[in-house]
Amino acid sequence: MKREFNITVFSENHIGLLTRITIVFTRRKINIESLTVSESAISGVYKFTIVVHTSEDSVKKVVSQIEKIVDVLKAFYHTNEEMIYQEIALYKVPTEALYDSDQIENIVRNSGARILEITREYTVIEKTGHKEETQALFEQLNQFKVMQFIRSGRVALTRDPIERLSEFLNERDAFLDSMD
Amino acid sequence: MNKEPMKVSGSEAVILSLLEEGVEVIFGYPGGAIMPIYDSLYDYDKKITHILTRHEQGAAHAAEGYAKITGRAGVCFATSGPGATNLVTGIADAMIDSIPMVCITGQVASPLLGTDAFQESDVLGISMPITKWNYQITTPEEIPEAIAQAFFIAQTGRPGPVLLDITKDAQFGELEFNYKKCRKIRSYVPENPVDPFKVKEAAELIDQSKRPLLLFGQGVIISRAEAELQAFIEKTGIPAAWTLLGLSALPSEHPLNVGMLGMHGNYGPNVLTNEADLIIAVGMRFDDRVTGKVSAYARDAKIVHLDIDPAEINKIIKADVAVLGDAKKSLKMLTDNVKQNSHKEWLDQFNKAYQTEFEKVIEKDLHPTKAGLTMGEAISLISEKTNNEAILVTDVGQHQMVAARYFRFKHSRSFVSSGGLGTMGYGLPAAMGAQLAAPDRTVVTVIGDGGFQMTIQELGTIVQNKLPVKIILLNNNFLGMVRQWQQLFFEKRYSFTELVNPDFLMIAKGFGMEGKKVSSRENLDEAIAEMVSFDGPYLLEVVVEKEDNVFPMVPSGASVSHILLEP
Repeated sequence: MKREFNITVFSENHIGLLTRITIVFTRRKINIESLTVSESAISGVYKFTIVVHTSEDSVKKVVSQIEKIVDVLKAFYHTNEEMIYQEIALYKVPTEALYDSDQIENIVRNSGARILEITREYTVIEKTGHKEETQALFEQLNQFKVMQFIRSGRVALTRDPIERLSEFLNERDAFLDSMD
Repeated sequence: MNKEPMKVSGSEAVILSLLEEGVEVIFGYPGGAIMPIYDSLYDYDKKITHILTRHEQGAAHAAEGYAKITGRAGVCFATSGPGATNLVTGIADAMIDSIPMVCITGQVASPLLGTDAFQESDVLGISMPITKWNYQITTPEEIPEAIAQAFFIAQTGRPGPVLLDITKDAQFGELEFNYKKCRKIRSYVPENPVDPFKVKEAAELIDQSKRPLLLFGQGVIISRAEAELQAFIEKTGIPAAWTLLGLSALPSEHPLNVGMLGMHGNYGPNVLTNEADLIIAVGMRFDDRVTGKVSAYARDAKIVHLDIDPAEINKIIKADVAVLGDAKKSLKMLTDNVKQNSHKEWLDQFNKAYQTEFEKVIEKDLHPTKAGLTMGEAISLISEKTNNEAILVTDVGQHQMVAARYFRFKHSRSFVSSGGLGTMGYGLPAAMGAQLAAPDRTVVTVIGDGGFQMTIQELGTIVQNKLPVKIILLNNNFLGMVRQWQQLFFEKRYSFTELVNPDFLMIAKGFGMEGKKVSSRENLDEAIAEMVSFDGPYLLEVVVEKEDNVFPMVPSGASVSHILLEP
């Protein structure tokens, strides 16, 4: 059965590594639904959050192939239920729509969004949430003709109380030293 | 090594780094973007041998052949653009067959990267899916460390090819040279320590089993675990079958060696895979050529899988017990944990299956009564005349399967063949590499008339370097394996498989190579003897039956139980 999985990858910061990781998906014809890459809490270690829609058997194999990449420190996968995740969306609407009625203001209040910037021509609204929520807000705002819209890739945390990355790195260092 | 740092050019640093890694032979082809490195090489011709191949693909396969025999990384050089792209087939072959290889390619100067400069191609991008690791060097200072990492990555864990792309300005620039071998990389775990609990679990299954079968692959050779494998099967009395790349790890005459697995393997190990109650897979990856139809594979068996690569566990066949780590260590621990045993009746079933195969297939192959020569009789005779001690290199196709079936081996690291990728054109250049790796051994390469013409230009390299490679061309004027499939599965519609061939002896002569052509049985023995005793490279063309087939055969997609002994 296919479903959504969140793949998390911790890696060194090397040129070309993103391609090496995406090749694992391309080769198996698995589409990447969303991808976020940024530096983790530990300087020099980068964190990838990759969302795919596939079977558990296939995600397991993909993760072990990713972990095999020389510059990858660690890779694992979780279902949506096992993670806390968010996406951020920005919406640009015409400012005059705000003058015409208080509808937009109410939508913003009720959806927990906020206004980032107001100019004479446009107003930029920001909302974080799951895709369904940011999409629902888009549908609501679009009655006032959304001028521009962007949604980010997913950021996600496990429900573990702490991120075990630094522990992992210490263990890895000790392990490699013991192999000498 | 901690000598006083000295100022050298980037290109000289490349050569010095290779010397630090103990490199003795480089296979390559010069061109614009790698000229500074070749210029530095000119000063080191006493310390390092460079073999100028006739095509970069030849360099890559030669490096593979060299690596297979020595167990150390084969090294090749190529220039940017077409030079690098010509390496691609060889790199892909090394990747799928886990061969340590370090490829060094020249690249346009760094300010020109991405400008479509002359002979620029995105070698890093192109080689990414087919290398274990690759890296582009744009400053001279990076050279020693990158080369040290390249050798460490290529040669440790599950080996594989790596590629370093060095821009021309990095080759021209200067650096303080100070070489330090790489011993670890934070993000890379070459092998996991063997888990003693997993070994105990595996040993329990082994002790309980009534019909165990061990399958071994190249992992045994890579980890130099041949003695440990033998000790394990001798203690437990478990019959052992091999994958194509595992061939020669266990002597052919060993009483527990029950033959080859897979599509053209032996009858016994294939059908009895589905009778076994336990499969112990060592350093092999359940390739589709081995398993046939996966859902009908080893149905009644528990699976114990020993492998160094965690990604191989449960990839194709689910393991009941997986023992991660180096085969030499895990086999040793396993042997210590299992009880002495024997499985005489079970082994008898393999011997019976062999009798059936002998009557239906082997007899006809080795002692044919029809006029035309068979590939089997030629190969069997070559094996005999070389006292079963030669290194056998094959190309890809019918002759490859026949060679694997009928050549006999006494020593490990004696069989060189393109397994996973099935690269036609591999044989001739790989044989050069094997001969350079083992100058004192007889290297014979068996090649079909199709594959021979894919890299035939390497005859020039063989002659120029006086490599005494013995080439046996099994000529049926067909792309035989494809023709066999067309006969069996495409109603004999021989679509573009017949070849009008050149006069191969005249071609050999043009290159300055001796040779002979034989097409009748009464001359075969003498012709082979003459070839074996000839001092220098030699081409023996054996004209074989035009439409012979390789049997047994597990048809594509069929279960190993449904192996055919005849059409």
